[in-house]
Amino acid sequence: METLTAARAQMEVSLAFHMVFAALGIGMPLLMVAAEALWLRTGRAHYRALARKWAKAAALTFAIGAVSGTALSFELGLLWPRFMAFAGGIIGPAFALEGYAFFLEAIFLGLYLYGWEKLSSRAHLAAGAAVAASGMASGILVVAANAWMQQPAGFVLVDGKATQVSPFAPFLSRAWPVMSVHSTLSCYIATGFAAAGVYALGLLRGRRDAYHRSGLGLALGLATLAAVLQPVSGHFSADHTANHQPLKLAAYEAHFHTTRGAAEVIGGIPDVEARTVHGAIRIAKLLSFLAFADPEAEVRGLDAFPRELWPNVLVAHLAFQLMVGCAFALIGAGLWFWWTRWRRREPGRWLLRALVAASPLGVLALEAGWIVTEVGRQPWIIQGVMKTRDGVTPVSAVPATCFGFSVLYLVLGIALALLLRRLATGAPPSISIDIHTPEVAHAR
Amino acid sequence: MPADLAAGLALAALIAYAVLAGADFGGGIWDALARGPRRDAQRDAIAHAMGPVWEANHVWLIFVVVLLFTCFPRAYAALSVALFTPFHLVLLGIILRGAAFVFRAYSPQSIRRPGAPGRQARRWGAVFGAASVITPVLLGMCLGAVSAGGVHVGAGGVVSIAGAAPWLRPLSLAMGGFALAVCAYLAAVYLANETEGALRADFRRRALWAGTAVVAMSVLVLPLLRARAPHLWHGLLSARAWPVIAVGVTAALLSGWALWRHRPRLARTATVAQTACLLAGWGIAQHPYLIYPDVTVHTAAAGEATLRFVLWSTPFGMMLLLPSLGWLFRVFKGEAMRLTDAPGEGGAG
Repeated sequence: METLTAARAQMEVSLAFHMVFAALGIGMPLLMVAAEALWLRTGRAHYRALARKWAKAAALTFAIGAVSGTALSFELGLLWPRFMAFAGGIIGPAFALEGYAFFLEAIFLGLYLYGWEKLSSRAHLAAGAAVAASGMASGILVVAANAWMQQPAGFVLVDGKATQVSPFAPFLSRAWPVMSVHSTLSCYIATGFAAAGVYALGLLRGRRDAYHRSGLGLALGLATLAAVLQPVSGHFSADHTANHQPLKLAAYEAHFHTTRGAAEVIGGIPDVEARTVHGAIRIAKLLSFLAFADPEAEVRGLDAFPRELWPNVLVAHLAFQLMVGCAFALIGAGLWFWWTRWRRREPGRWLLRALVAASPLGVLALEAGWIVTEVGRQPWIIQGVMKTRDGVTPVSAVPATCFGFSVLYLVLGIALALLLRRLATGAPPSISIDIHTPEVAHAR
Repeated sequence: MPADLAAGLALAALIAYAVLAGADFGGGIWDALARGPRRDAQRDAIAHAMGPVWEANHVWLIFVVVLLFTCFPRAYAALSVALFTPFHLVLLGIILRGAAFVFRAYSPQSIRRPGAPGRQARRWGAVFGAASVITPVLLGMCLGAVSAGGVHVGAGGVVSIAGAAPWLRPLSLAMGGFALAVCAYLAAVYLANETEGALRADFRRRALWAGTAVVAMSVLVLPLLRARAPHLWHGLLSARAWPVIAVGVTAALLSGWALWRHRPRLARTATVAQTACLLAGWGIAQHPYLIYPDVTVHTAAAGEATLRFVLWSTPFGMMLLLPSLGWLFRVFKGEAMRLTDAPGEGGAG
């Protein structure tokens, strides 16, 4: 395997692994603190049981997110030293600020997880809220670095060197607001639907108690809200991409030929040689409308760009279809649940089955969306400035480390999945007989 | 000047990492070496001490890395090429250590629960111990490699290595051993503070052993420094570094004496001062080189605006960080753990 392929593979494996736990580490704390707030307000013990359960899930996912994130901060240099020599000083401020947010998250998570008996109920809740807030902030800040790679800003290129670098460069990238909203929502969608599946399964197995009902309701409250907002954010993303990374848009839409009134291509397998898509559904003029709010607008196709700058059209298109498909399935499942609830009906078996089936789709959509944006940016590591192959390390041992890290993450992923499954199916303590008021129970 | 301040900041973060996270690695070392009738109680005390703080302590390393690539991107790139293998091994250790620690805590019959740990928990415990031993050795080796002078960086940032891999040279290996001994010493001294009764006696005895190992490793490192890294040797003896080193050596002697005389609090303060001064002395002696002999603080520095941003954002960040850290340590490090403390429903469990 050549070094570039191996380095990309190692980066992909590391990010794909990290992203799941980073997303859950952002979403789980919000669920846990919401459950604790409800417990303190209502004194109903099943909320406390939910908060403790979700705190454990947050602890596991945060720890794995933290160590795999550390690995990534090293891998940026280990795999892409020439990129970091060029860009380290430019994207660094985003990582520096993210470092503070992440630090606060680690501190307050320690206080939250181990402070149930040591802190007052109000201080404990505040610590939990600080975890949720700093988790969200660190996600938003670190996305600035990636946004800058998509749409570099804040420096002047002179003889291949960056000069007049603004310390706010990563935050000046106009891709940042669009991307950070989209990625933050995706974290809540992934977490909420994943958790909802656990409680839907419990209800299907006949455990129709307050613990399972509230677990399902809270998880779907967060997840559905985020899911219905996501198409709006996605529209702004597509709009931004159409204007600033038109080649990426053409690739993931599998739009080969520049046309006015371009059709939206749904599904199908792109054939790059024949410059067509086999087996797709075409909706006339929809792509022009979505990208430029004008059904007659001209959308540049892949043919408007040199062939050697095309990203992998097949991967980008399929990943995009997968992301959008998952998103609409999740919106449907979420709205079905709330429709049932609004009509004061018990969730039926088919609804619960659908929610169990939808459980992994949020994570799948997250991964697919990341593939769209990263594969769609190739062959650039910094759009228009540096090619990925020019950033790669000269060290020849990358295939070995790539293999090693893949095995490591596979083993850890399996072990963690087993532990989370045990957490999910483990019966909560006898909550129905716990009638203490929150303050008393908290002090126990 | 901003470049020097930024380098000082990175050194301060490295010292914080060594003093705080070094003790967490040390905890893992003593977990691996837990023996005798109180074996499970020792492991429980270590897990109890590490649980709430190890992740926050770990973030200091991320600070060091981020400061390095933000303020000195060319040095970071060169180190990433020259130390490709040991850095990957460090990552392996860091990932396995952290993952195994939480996996053990959430395994059936983990050590945090009463009774003997289950098979799964024991397995993750073994991984945790092994990774805690290997990681500080590798980090020490990397520190040695930076000082040893084997990494050359030519025009355009091309890295070449003359002779044996710099992290596998005698000085680097000795530095690895030194780092291991220091971590074990820090942990044992802290644990002697955070326990009582028989457990405290166990950790005091371990601290005395580890302290002896620290002295032994310094006896090994010093002649190697003189022979293999004369620039660093002269730097350590220079007027700007020797007072710091002298304070460090005095603190080391004081911590040993305080341990011997059963004064754990004084021993803890002295041990922190010892570790901080020795690392600070190393940093001062190394200045202005980031990678001897080709990369200095000034040749590798990022743009002035970036450096100023990092320096100016630090006080604001610390205003958020330090009170939070203070709260964390006040809540969890304010009292000693007794053998009778049943973890019960508390802790992470």
